[in-house]
Amino acid sequence: MSAEAHDHDHGHDHEHEHHHKDTFITKYIFSIDHKMIAKQYLITGIIMGIIGIAMSLLFRMQLAWPEESFKIFNVLLGDKFAPDGVMANDIYLALVTIHGTIMVFFVLTAGLSGTFSNLLIPLQIGARDMASGFMNMISYWLFFLSAVIMLSSLFVEAGPASAGWTIYPPLSALPQAIPGSGAGMTLWLVSMAIFIASSLMGSLNYIVTVINLRTKGMSMTRLPLTIWTFFVTAIIGVISFPVLLSAALLLIFDRSFGTSFFLSDIYIAGEVLHYQGGSPVLFEHLFWFLGHPEVYIVILPAMGLVSEIMATNARKPIFGYRAMIMSVLAIAFLSTIVWGHHMFISGMNPFLGSVFTFTTLLIAIPSAVKAFNWITTLWKGNLQFNPAMLFSIGMVSTFITGGLTGIILGDSTLDINVHDTYFVIAHFHLVMGISALYGMFAGIYHWFPKMYGRMLNKNLGYIHFWITAVCAYGVFFPMHFIGLAGLPRRYYTNTNFPLFDDLQNVNVLITTFALVGGAFQLVFLYNFFSSIFYGKKATQNPWKSTTLEWTTPVEHIHGNWPGEIPHVYRWPYDYSNPNHDVDFVPQNVPMKEGEEVLHH
Amino acid sequence: MTSLLVIIVVVLLAVALWQLTKIFDLTQVGASSDDSQVASDNDNNIQGYIMFGFLAFIYIFTIYGLLKWGNLALHTPASEHGLLVDNLMNITWVLIFTVQVITQGLLYWFSFKNRGHKDRKALFFADSNKLEAIWSIIPSVVLACLILYGLYAWNNIMFVDKDEDVVEIELYAQQFKWTARYAGQDNVLGKANVRLIEGINTLGVDMSDPNAQDDIVVTELHIPKGKKVHFKMRSQDVLHSAYFPHFRAQMNCVPGMVTEFAFVPTYTTSEYRELPFMVEKVAHINKLRAEKSIDLVAKGGTALDPYTFDYLLLCNKICGASHYNMQMKVVVDTPEDYKKWLSEKTTLAQDIKAAAAAEKPAEGAAPTDTTAKVIDTVKTVVDTVKAAVAKVAMK
Repeated sequence: MSAEAHDHDHGHDHEHEHHHKDTFITKYIFSIDHKMIAKQYLITGIIMGIIGIAMSLLFRMQLAWPEESFKIFNVLLGDKFAPDGVMANDIYLALVTIHGTIMVFFVLTAGLSGTFSNLLIPLQIGARDMASGFMNMISYWLFFLSAVIMLSSLFVEAGPASAGWTIYPPLSALPQAIPGSGAGMTLWLVSMAIFIASSLMGSLNYIVTVINLRTKGMSMTRLPLTIWTFFVTAIIGVISFPVLLSAALLLIFDRSFGTSFFLSDIYIAGEVLHYQGGSPVLFEHLFWFLGHPEVYIVILPAMGLVSEIMATNARKPIFGYRAMIMSVLAIAFLSTIVWGHHMFISGMNPFLGSVFTFTTLLIAIPSAVKAFNWITTLWKGNLQFNPAMLFSIGMVSTFITGGLTGIILGDSTLDINVHDTYFVIAHFHLVMGISALYGMFAGIYHWFPKMYGRMLNKNLGYIHFWITAVCAYGVFFPMHFIGLAGLPRRYYTNTNFPLFDDLQNVNVLITTFALVGGAFQLVFLYNFFSSIFYGKKATQNPWKSTTLEWTTPVEHIHGNWPGEIPHVYRWPYDYSNPNHDVDFVPQNVPMKEGEEVLHH
Repeated sequence: MTSLLVIIVVVLLAVALWQLTKIFDLTQVGASSDDSQVASDNDNNIQGYIMFGFLAFIYIFTIYGLLKWGNLALHTPASEHGLLVDNLMNITWVLIFTVQVITQGLLYWFSFKNRGHKDRKALFFADSNKLEAIWSIIPSVVLACLILYGLYAWNNIMFVDKDEDVVEIELYAQQFKWTARYAGQDNVLGKANVRLIEGINTLGVDMSDPNAQDDIVVTELHIPKGKKVHFKMRSQDVLHSAYFPHFRAQMNCVPGMVTEFAFVPTYTTSEYRELPFMVEKVAHINKLRAEKSIDLVAKGGTALDPYTFDYLLLCNKICGASHYNMQMKVVVDTPEDYKKWLSEKTTLAQDIKAAAAAEKPAEGAAPTDTTAKVIDTVKTVVDTVKAAVAKVAMK
């Protein structure tokens, strides 16, 4: 790697002049430039996001008005799955499954981490590009391929995978159990296997780049928190994603080659199957060994983005920089030993449940440190309410609201009665769904000028944030009550239970908020796509930020800096430093004579 | 309703578009590159006030939610350990609400208070070991208490004392129904395996096992008040989850293994129905059902039956297309009623014998379906009477 770094340092100044020869294909499609790859990830992520959110609106309508028929169901789902505009029960489960898969993996993992790790790692550490540009390109195209396969599963005759995004066998293994477990499930598994390969290539690249390609003076304790979170996220990904791959492979064996890793003693559709000795609980362990770290893979980059944006817009150093790093590391470590809290009532030994309760509740401590540090960062700041800042504050808000109910779900005793109810849905959508989405939006608003050289419209940004903020609480706050009433998740309708009749009005309210919130994402889409072409031209450092990416020219060039790569002399959070007259001192500004470091 | 919604969405979109065009016009003026899209002092001021407004929204919405929807949450637990669970739950809620109110308050208050202005300079405040120690140690102590209480409760609930006098019941899950098997006189469940499923022995009970001879299979679950009921759960096809919300009890049913959960019911069904909160809840539900019935009848449908409360066993793990309708009625009887109910049931062994007897003439005479059914019914009735007589005689 060092050879490559060497090459980057000295070779690139000449290189970018030759790059005018870029053809359309090498520039926009098979690009090895990290900035272009970041944009590719972002656009793919946004498209997947539109599909994922649209699906959720469809099944929310089904839940609110289970007896109505909607023409749009028929138009979108076809005669087989929505005859006369009435949604069929198996397609409901398919929508829920694919919504979860798309949002967790394709939007909030690849779309969020893929975009910003690629964009910011080289720019913020002072590197010409990723350690391996070629591997980076392969990583994106494998992601693209997996997205295409996942979407193609929507058009399979029997319908896409519908065993829930957690694909617990035997349901996911047996087409007799649910139609979606036929070809739809095969495509799901193939898509995810490719996705994991893509994710691993990306992660390895991020780790190597951060370790090897930092510019002179950029010690680990001068890295912006964004880089720290991307770095740690990549490590968690490398540790846990292969385990999901093994689970997927074993499931493929069980499905196609008759092995019994996860299946045993099954009688279905009038016959006994040959499987013996396997255990579905084993699958649950393997799945959640990734599945739980996965939520941190989703939320940590959002935390990094928010930390960075908050410091910049508060014109204040992030409070407790080292504590923030320590808490990221603590969260990352703990995240790999808490997976069992998804399995308190799976039939595993209750003693194990005790252990996982203990480790799970420990995570609250570093999380609390982060939340309080963010709040303190706002204290006595000079807050610039750019749209990115609004989304960052919103993220802290939903992270706290959603995180607090984790104290209930992480406690095995309390989990017994709220497990798999809407309470869980409310919890994780707030704490990792909405929060990560806010982090992603914050990142887009903040780094759009870096990506496209133009500004997003701020007023549309304000409208987008406030409507989204109200609707997000409107959707997920009432959902806690439905869960506390004992309504199980993944029910196509609750009309078969008069016991739950009094929840119907709440369901209607939730869906109304969801539809309005969903519709207003169009404001964002309009703003995003029109600003790419018609937005105000950006200045070099519009947010007056200290980090290195704002020292590059607005126009993208290969190798990022036209001349020498800047050296770094200070930490990334010298905002309102009393030793200086200006309220921000970029990292590449040398220390004044006799200037003291004012932080730990 | 739908049309109303569509109209609302359309109107809101129109407003958004109007805003859009207006803004678009504004952006056409001025130089091609400037800071017009960076928040100005005016923006900071407006957004700061909205921040404050949003804090009010969160508080008001929370209070509104608690008042309006608070009574939807499950009320009085119907099991002994449920009190322990709910007690821990209430403590946790107090903690959560306290932290939520304080942190959200600080977050949005600071946002409002410190809204930017070009004459301001932020305070350079990079770290403070004292502050960070405070908010590491306080959560640690509070969580330690919660963990200890939680583990105490968990161990009480989950570990069943083998010597205890318990009622053994097997819960059997399949797509998409529940079946229960009672252990009978010997209080020991006979062995079972799905490979033994045959005819009416739908649970695959090993009929050669002496313990299986007195097992009783039913589709409505009755349990006695005040006695510990020990459920052993099996599934024949996919994962299911036996969820008894009112008893604060849940356990997955896993093919290939037996899982367990035990609890002591503390209210009979009729007692629970008469609890004031339940009377109110049922009245409310029936009001809603009556309103809905008016609509239904107007459309030419039939009116909904009025609702009376029953305990339910639900499936709470996605198990297939009809997952949403996998339920079983649960009845908590007084111990006397329970005994009486159980004594009226025939054993599985008797059922199998009856079915075999019913089949024999069917083979020879090849009667029509209806006659076979009639014979079946007669046989069952005869067997039931025989069984009852035998039981009385035994006593």
